[in-house]
Formats: sequence, C-alpha cells, structure tokens
Amino acid sequence: MRPETEAPATTAPLLEVRNVKTHFALRGTFAGRVLGRDAGSVKAVDGVSFALQPGEVLGLVGESGSGKTTLARTILGLAEATEGSIRFGGEEVVGMSERDLRRHRRRAQMVFQDPHASLNPAMDLLTAIGHPLKIHGIAHDEGALRRAVGDALEHVGLTPVERYLHAFPSDLSGGQKQRAVIARAIITDPDLLIADEPVSMLDMSVRAKILELMIRLKEELNLTYLYVTHDLATARYFCDRIAIMYLGRIVEIGPTASIFADPKHPYTRSLLRAVPDPDPDRRVPRDLPRGEVPDAVEPPLGCSFHPRCPRAFEPCGWEARDLRDLIERRWAGLGEEAFERERRRIGALDRLDAPSTDATISAGRGSGGGDVRDLLDAIRDRDPDEPLWRGVERVETGSGGVDVTFRPHVDPALLDVGDRRVACHLYDPSLAPPSGEPAA
Amino acid sequence: MTSAAEPALSVRDLRVWYGTPGAPVRAVDGVSFDIAAGETLGLVGESGCGKSTLGRSIMGLLPEGAAADGDIRYGGRNVVGLTERDLRAIRGADVGMIFQEPMTRLDPLMTIEDHFAETLKTHEPGLSKAERRRRSLDALGGMGIPPTRFGQYPHEFSGGMRQRIMIALALVLRPRVVIADEPTTALDVLVEAQILTILTDLRRNYDTALLLITHNLGIVAEACDRVAVMYAGEIVEDGPAEQVFRAPAHPYTRELLASIISLRTQALRAIPGAPPDLRDPPSGCRFHPRCPDAMRVCPAMSPAPVWVETGSTVRCWLHGPAELIPPGGTEPLERRRPEVADEA
Repeated sequence: MRPETEAPATTAPLLEVRNVKTHFALRGTFAGRVLGRDAGSVKAVDGVSFALQPGEVLGLVGESGSGKTTLARTILGLAEATEGSIRFGGEEVVGMSERDLRRHRRRAQMVFQDPHASLNPAMDLLTAIGHPLKIHGIAHDEGALRRAVGDALEHVGLTPVERYLHAFPSDLSGGQKQRAVIARAIITDPDLLIADEPVSMLDMSVRAKILELMIRLKEELNLTYLYVTHDLATARYFCDRIAIMYLGRIVEIGPTASIFADPKHPYTRSLLRAVPDPDPDRRVPRDLPRGEVPDAVEPPLGCSFHPRCPRAFEPCGWEARDLRDLIERRWAGLGEEAFERERRRIGALDRLDAPSTDATISAGRGSGGGDVRDLLDAIRDRDPDEPLWRGVERVETGSGGVDVTFRPHVDPALLDVGDRRVACHLYDPSLAPPSGEPAA
Repeated sequence: MTSAAEPALSVRDLRVWYGTPGAPVRAVDGVSFDIAAGETLGLVGESGCGKSTLGRSIMGLLPEGAAADGDIRYGGRNVVGLTERDLRAIRGADVGMIFQEPMTRLDPLMTIEDHFAETLKTHEPGLSKAERRRRSLDALGGMGIPPTRFGQYPHEFSGGMRQRIMIALALVLRPRVVIADEPTTALDVLVEAQILTILTDLRRNYDTALLLITHNLGIVAEACDRVAVMYAGEIVEDGPAEQVFRAPAHPYTRELLASIISLRTQALRAIPGAPPDLRDPPSGCRFHPRCPDAMRVCPAMSPAPVWVETGSTVRCWLHGPAELIPPGGTEPLERRRPEVADEA
C-alpha cells in the first residue's frame, strides 16, 4: 500500500508536541457576558509535551477527564490548541488552515472507540472504507476504488473480500466492525494512527485479535501509533512507551517496562494497584486514593493529584477546598445529631469554595472562633497523619472564626528520574521530600 | 453465616425468550442457581449471553414481547407471572437493583432528598418525616456522602458519587437481595475499586444476597464468593470463585480466562469463532463449534450438570457422566476451522 516510502534516514521525530494547551471556554451566564465577566474555561489539555519517533507505539493512558482524547483530537486538528506547538512530519499543525488540515489527516488517521457508532449504517463497506479516498481525491475511478478497498479489507483480515465489499455494518459483529474501521483508517496510507480505546467496547475474547491485527499492520505498513486508553493491561502489552495523564497533564512518561516494574508517581502506583485481576492470589488493596478526578475548570492548586495523594506533603498545593472536603468527610461518618451539632458551630462552608491558600471558617450563630478551633483540633486529633495538616502554615483564631493559611504551592514540573520523567515533588531534592523517600 | 437456612434467592429452570419476526430468541434457557444471605454470586459472560436479561427477569423488568417461565423465588414466593401491581410492591422492598448508568436512573429534577423520600413513602408509608431523614442520612453516610449534600440535585455529583447514591437508594429499604448489573463499568479504575470495596462490605454488614452481573472476571475474583459462567443462554459452570479461577472445569471458562489481557499477560490469546445466534443455537453443547476439546458426543447431546471435585457444577461431557456417552463419543470431533474473520 505504500509506494514511495523508504523512511527518511533521520532520527527526527514523526510527531513533536510542545507545551500544548487545549482550553474550552465556558459560556457562562447571559449577565456575565453582558458585564464582560470571564466564565472561565475547561483546561482539558494543560501543557503537554512529548515526541513520537517513527515506528514507535506510545500509550496515552489516563482516566476519564484526563484529557487524553482531547489531546488526540488536537493532534488531528479536530480540536483547536489554545497554545503550544504540534509538529508532524516537519509541519506545524497548530493554526493550519482547514484545507491543510485535510491534507494532514490523510497522513494521521484515527480509530475511534465505538465501532458501532463509527460506521454509517446505510453505507456498505465499499462505500464506507472508500470514502476517505473520495474525500481526498485519491481514487479517480470505480475500478481503482474497488481495488484499494479490497486491498484494505485483505489487510484487516475481512476475507474473502467479495463477502464483505457489499456487507452493511448490521451484518458484522463488533470485532468485524472494528476491522472495517481500521481498514478505513489505513486506506489513505497514513504514517500515524491514533487509536482511541480501539478494543474497550469489544468482548474479552476478541480484544486479543484486534490488538494482534494492529501489531501486524504496524509492521506491514510502517505505522506509528498513539494508543489512547484507560486500560493499563492492554497498554502494557502494546506500547513501547507510556505517558500517564492526569487532569490535562502528563505526570509520568517513560519506557513501558520500567513504568510497570517500578511506577514512580503516586498516581501511577495507585492505578496499577487498583486494576482488578482474575488471579485469586492478588487482591485490590483497600488503601487506595479517595475521591475522584476533580473539575478541570478550577483544578487543584499545585499538583492536581494532591487531594487524593497518599504521599502528598508540604509544597503539593494545599488549599481551602481541601479543608472543606476534610470537614465534609468527617460529617459523612457522623450520626445525624452529632452532625447537626457540629454544623451549628460553623457558619456556611461556601467561603472555602475558591482555590486559595487562605481559608476562613466563620463561626455559626451563637458560637465563636474558639468553638471552630476546637472542632478543627478534634478533627486533627482523630487523624493526625492526614497529609493536609502538613500544608498548614498558620492558624489564627479570631472572635468570629478561624483563619487557616496554607503554605505556598509549587507546580510540579517533569523531572528526569532514571530512564523516565516524573512530575512529582517527591523527586525534587530542592523541596526536601520527607524522610524515607525514594532515592530517585 | 446463616447458609444452612433457605436461600435468599432461588432460580429454577428459568427460561426467557423474546419474540422476533422469525424464531424466538432464547436469551435465558434453563437456568438454575441459589444465592444465600450474605453471599455474592458473580454472573459473568460476554455480551449477548443473556446475563442482563436474567438479572432483569429477577426484578420483573422484562421488556414487552418477552416471556418467561420457571421459578424465581425470594421473599417466600415465585415472582414469575406476577402482575405488574404485585411486582411493584416487591421491587425495592424485597429485591433492589443497581444499574450501570447512575445518571440515567436518577431524576434530574429531584433532589437526593426527594429521591429518598419518594422511595421510603412508597414502601414504608408508616415512617415519620424525621425517621425518613435519619434512615436516608444513615444510608448515604454509609456510602461516604456527607449530609451537607442531601438537598442537592444529581448533576451536582460526580459519577462515582451518583453510583454511591444509587446504592444507598437501593439499600435504604434493606432488601435481602440486590441485583447489580455492571455497577462499575462506566467508572474510572480508582472509583471502581472504591465501589467494589463498598459491595464487598455489603454482604458482611447487611447480610445481603448480591447478584453481581459483569463481563469483567477481575471484578468477580475481587468481590464474589461464587461465580456462574454464562454462555449462549445457559450457565455452563457454577462454583466457588477461587476454585473456578484456579482450576476452571469448563473449556469455555478456561478459554475466557486465557483470553483476558491482564497486567501479567505474556502472549495474546482469543477464542476462535463467535457466540451463536440465539434464534438457532448449535445442537448439543452450545460451545462445541468453538471448543478446542470438542468430542463426537458434544454436538449430539446436551451435557447434563455434573458435580466436580472442585465444588463446581459444570455442563461439559469432559466431566461425564461416562455412562451417558455413547460408544466412540469421546473421540475428537472433526470439523472445519473457523475463518479468521468469523469472530465476535
């Protein structure tokens, strides 16, 4: 399928992503717009850099809301980068005209998650798979189209070809549909294939076949893959390198084998321990991070993972919202009476809702700052190891409430740690991580 | 545990079929099992094997055009064939259900408090307002939802919290049996682990009988005492989870376990072929066209359930009974190899 290609004898990366941000503006309220107030934005991708060498398979691994799919779409020009640079085959993709983007997408194709939604039910496979050739003006007559589609079908194992050329999606099983989707992606002879969860909608017993097909196609067609997934197990099997994403950023990137053998970032460690495994000798531990991926409109200060991190310490970004969570967690475990009693000692918690290192808890009606302070002390005594307290710089008790000041936060940058890069303060000697901390 | 007593849920020879323009689809075809109080049974199988239909039939939630016969017993009666009116009284009180998509099961216009009030008013009309509030806050607190959020609307919660609310809503009526259909499929790995912990604690703290329907064998290993493996409308193996995972007795269970891509996978493996069309399933053992161990007897006769030493019940001629297999029946079955693309 690949006529002129000897890969150019350079080591230039096929794809180079530099400090890419993709933010989506929120519409906000009508009054807000009239008054020119900024409604904020969803920071789906928030400063990502990596390079992809020709022939490489890089896994972009993260949970929902990590920004992995938005990043993939940004690389294809399906979402617009707010900032940064994406160089593909020597050309800048950010800011490309729609016309140039169309040319770009011939060489960088995408396979989507849901094979059932990726094929038009009214198109037979000849029409669907041949569609990109028509769009890009590659096939000029029916004969050429048919030959090219037949070729693609053979590559993906949908043979005998005559049986599938005029089949409709409804005639196909999930695995067969995904093969057809892959055939459509390879028909323009791309260099890069971005596969977004290509097997996660398929049954266990057929996932292996689709992964095997992708491995074979990579060799046959000299493809480079960006494999986007939440599934660590397939990523481990399939990828040369892995980038772990959390809330719009890469927190750890390196060779697959070393990341799985010795994960460095506390988030990566938690993820690996949380995967349920059919091995009866292995148990998912109970001390996993609490909570969920936070809102990407106003991500946590400092390291985005700090509110859930079992290893978080002083500089990680402690703030008012963490204090609110701590109080609410306590209340979830109290009986109704005890909760009402404590609640009356505190005014509204709403003042703790903004991302700020200054937190004010005002006293409820009929109580004073001392009562609030007593409550905070009681919470602390109950669980003195709660990492939030390490971030507290000062507590001042006034007559109307308590002011808690947290330490200034530091944004974690990707640091070289052995053969990989990790964005975590535990590995930054200048921040003096607590004792017993890993030798990087 | 009180396992000597009558099972909390008992299913006998259940058949469920859907009418289609052609032949009926036999989604569940002669299924029997029990779940004791405080026990969790994992029901696993691939899409289309009938596991969700089975779960819904226990709740009496079959779609129009479906019919069932056989026995489904809990709360002292057979619920197959009950009227919608009788079913409504049982649902929630005797058997609760946790669905896959928590967002679509909560009413966006009702606060969490409203949801609980409605459920409790319907099923326990004698409760005072204060008692309703206490029961609701207890159930929510057990799921880690703070009381400060009682008056909020579903959209104000994250996916994992909504699923916790759904579980609390099912538990507030203290049903003896809970059906959970893929309760963690839409959730992230870390949140999934949190929900699994909750489900594991459920059987200990409330003595609930739990039927956990999933396609994920890892979840079964994590959260279940027993596992029932379903293929093409039938349970082919039912036994203690640990034994089944260590020494699967049915070739389908074995191949399914081998095809899982886990963190320890060294080589990829898939099961050849695809699950059958349930309008016209294969004769004899339904797995025989894909089974690497198939023998001559397999397409000829349906295997009967056999008790094996691992404590499982299995339907496979490899385990006999020998006296029912005709002479020459254990010879390997000759057949054409399925084509590469003949797959699920």
